[in-house]
Amino acid sequence: MILLTVGTQLPFDRLVKIVDDWAGKNPQVQIFAQIASGRYIPKHMPYIEFLDEQHYMELFEQADVILAHAGMGSVISSLISSKPVIVYPRKASLGEHRNEHQLATSRKLSELKGCYIAYEPYELHSLLDQLDSLKGGIISPHANDDLLRTIDNFIAHNL
Amino acid sequence: MNKKKVLAVASQGGHSIQLMRLKPVFDRYITSYVSSQKRNGMDNFSHVVDANRDSKLRLIQLFFQVLWIVVCKRPDVVISTGAAPGYFAILCGKLIGAKTIWLDSMANAEELSMSGQRAGKFADLWLTQWSEVARDNGPVFGGRVL
Repeated sequence: MILLTVGTQLPFDRLVKIVDDWAGKNPQVQIFAQIASGRYIPKHMPYIEFLDEQHYMELFEQADVILAHAGMGSVISSLISSKPVIVYPRKASLGEHRNEHQLATSRKLSELKGCYIAYEPYELHSLLDQLDSLKGGIISPHANDDLLRTIDNFIAHNL
Repeated sequence: MNKKKVLAVASQGGHSIQLMRLKPVFDRYITSYVSSQKRNGMDNFSHVVDANRDSKLRLIQLFFQVLWIVVCKRPDVVISTGAAPGYFAILCGKLIGAKTIWLDSMANAEELSMSGQRAGKFADLWLTQWSEVARDNGPVFGGRVL
């Protein structure tokens, strides 16, 4: 099952429509979509505007692949659970966010194992066409040692 | 036993997940948590309203909630990953003389967020998770939540 999630803050109709189009051509693949307050109504996949935390966790657990906007919550959760995550960044130029940070972040995320970035509809469709080849990443449950040390040193020595 | 009190503040979602990846550090101190995302059954947790710069009235409500928590808890250190509740917490932390840490979200790989630019100026330790964003007189790079 693919869990599509656009986060809680803003709709992302462009992504929902691209995935819905793909779902129409691939009825054998189960997809569940969380679409926030979008105007586009999916025709080929079940959807909900918002999920409470428990429901989200259940769907997240069931999902084989996470498909998300470039939100750090979705990305980090996927990496922690070793689920492959396909990232489709929002574009501020299309009114999908306040600035272009999702594009900038996506370029960086592309270096991470388990993160698959698509910028264009055809790239997203091609990733969806090869779902079985996508592999999850492996990360530590905590921040890297540098960051833990930086913060602990500050607290320990500055008071 | 270390008696230093830490107040760890994040709005929700990605900000919250990034903050909680510092838990090994928080566990060494007496840490209280603040978030606009409800967490059932968690000790030392305060819930605040969800507000951003598009909702001025709720921002004011949020400010007073955060101020109240900071005044009651009297933390030695306030740390946040964002966004609005973190900015207010850093501000209020400075008011009571706490040391403050702003860890800018990994989501800001090329420039700081608006809350990051504002809060950073009040932070005693201003961190970015991208070396490219680090500046003299600005945020420093000191590691990453991944």
